[in-house]
Amino acid sequence: MADFVAPPSRSRDLDKLLLRTGNLVGSNFEPGAELRDDLQEYARILVVGAGGLGCELLKDLALSGFKNIDVIDMDRIEVTNLNRQFLFRVEDVGKPKAEVAAKRVMERVSGVNIVPHFCRIEDKEIPFYNDFNIIVLGLDSIEARSYINSVACSFLEYDSDDKPREETIKPMVDGGTEGFKGHARVIMPGVTPCFECTIWLFPPQVKFPLCTLAETPRTAAHCIEYAHLIKWDEVHSGKAFDPDDPEHMKWVYDEAIKRAELFGIPGVTYSLTQGVVKNIIPAIASTNAIISAACALETLKIASGCSKTLANYLTYNGVAGLHIKVTEFVKDKDCLVCGPGVLIELDASVTLEKFINLLEDHPKLLLSKASVSHRGKNLYMQAPPVLEEMTRSNLSLPLYELMDKVAKDTIHVTGTTSKDGKKTSCLRKLRVVFKAIDGVTDMDTAGGA
Amino acid sequence: MIRLFKVKEKQRELAENANGKPPIKKQSPGELRLHKDIGELNLPKTCNIAFPNGKDDLMNFEVTIRPDEGYYLGGNFVFTFSVSPIYPHEAPKVKCKTKVYHPNIDLEGNVCLNILREDWKPVLNINTIIYGLFHLFTQPNYEDPLNHEAAAVLRDNPKLFESNVRRAMAGGYVGQSFFTRCM
Repeated sequence: MADFVAPPSRSRDLDKLLLRTGNLVGSNFEPGAELRDDLQEYARILVVGAGGLGCELLKDLALSGFKNIDVIDMDRIEVTNLNRQFLFRVEDVGKPKAEVAAKRVMERVSGVNIVPHFCRIEDKEIPFYNDFNIIVLGLDSIEARSYINSVACSFLEYDSDDKPREETIKPMVDGGTEGFKGHARVIMPGVTPCFECTIWLFPPQVKFPLCTLAETPRTAAHCIEYAHLIKWDEVHSGKAFDPDDPEHMKWVYDEAIKRAELFGIPGVTYSLTQGVVKNIIPAIASTNAIISAACALETLKIASGCSKTLANYLTYNGVAGLHIKVTEFVKDKDCLVCGPGVLIELDASVTLEKFINLLEDHPKLLLSKASVSHRGKNLYMQAPPVLEEMTRSNLSLPLYELMDKVAKDTIHVTGTTSKDGKKTSCLRKLRVVFKAIDGVTDMDTAGGA
Repeated sequence: MIRLFKVKEKQRELAENANGKPPIKKQSPGELRLHKDIGELNLPKTCNIAFPNGKDDLMNFEVTIRPDEGYYLGGNFVFTFSVSPIYPHEAPKVKCKTKVYHPNIDLEGNVCLNILREDWKPVLNINTIIYGLFHLFTQPNYEDPLNHEAAAVLRDNPKLFESNVRRAMAGGYVGQSFFTRCM
């Protein structure tokens, strides 16, 4: 009886990574069956998006041995998805992507548990996201990435030396594709640049001047945007255009055709209309597969330590031949989202007005005329007069009370700072900690709630 | 990081029954940057800003422009601003709420201002846009028309354009279009 032989894993290849040591392993890598089993038992992964990248990611992660996966997506399956979102079939059209994708992968890979969430990412409470060890993004919009990034970074805490606390780091792996191009990146908030540190990497959207659309259209896209942005409002006063309503899209297409004929411009088609209006670049199945594979591998590397992770941004280009490059971007140390912010210790009795005065003398800030906001509430605004008036009464109140009596929290201040005699405007993040607040809060709450 | 995950999972199970922190409102990076723009606004006397949803919603606001010279002297023109969470990566959406007879603003309130679309840059701000809008009233431009007829009149017959503008602002018809009084 071979009692002490580890039971053969379903995935031999995974065992080669997880059961043996190597030269490129991460720090603290401890190969062995325990690691492999722990990975299955304890690693919880959230996949955001169940579209082109999401389908690939779910399959890849399930086959990489992850057993606890959640997937969130607000969309329903459309017939145009079927060429590349291979978990879906014709009879699934109209069903929620997250639910069908989870079901299909569970049918094919035994032992994996995938929990679908058919909703918007904003619909989930923030703590929902904290339950996962790694968040993997298969998204197509900057807004959604920016949102998840700010949620993941909000869990990050720094110690008094402005070093990130390891247990609060929420790693993200982000994939993105556009046609034959794509990227995969690893974001360790507080360690590597977050999405917001490098938002400039995204090229600005091409927007045509409205007067060109109205007056001198030259391309098919101009005709489509005219129908979409100008003609729609003219005809449907007050009714919002819904890009997901086929009737609306057909209407825009018909109007664009008329416009194109009037100016003798060729090339307006229904699919181009969809593409221009929804800003869609044709998706390529193989690009999605390559990028997802890179993301799934990075996820496995982060979780297991079986190899050093990507540092930190991979770009893939398959337009002509094939080109892959890894760039190590640097963090913005003053990033409003992932940066530590300036640590300030205060007495609970300090009023907002006194606090604003303190900022002027703070050696790291030298910030005059500060406006202050806390979690979306504007505590004081220097301008315009209408807001100054609305917030003036807060000046005499203790900051601690204005911050809902939380012992430590982040606030944001804007104002002017002088550097070498030159005045510049700035926006800073502050970590406010109230001194000896434990005793005070206990007394406060003892008689109250 | 699997050891960390293991520890966390144990903590999570323990915490399952205890109540977590109350849900936190997320402040988008766009909101933070806008907060800076608004806190630094330096508007001319001819421009006014209002926040219909109160002091804590800066993402939607209205700007009223009262030109103090030119064709539009004495009119009140209200613009609605709607700012995206990824501002300033994306320009605010600006519409003219007041129906106006203007070569660069159509009757649905679309505004042809380069910095709102093709020439938007993240270094620009709300102040720049408001000055840009103000500029449209002091220097209407027939070369970039959205209201084709108004542009043609301005180009060919400035006197008629002037009287059309006065008529529209006082409340009345110009051609087939009715304008409500905005003086």
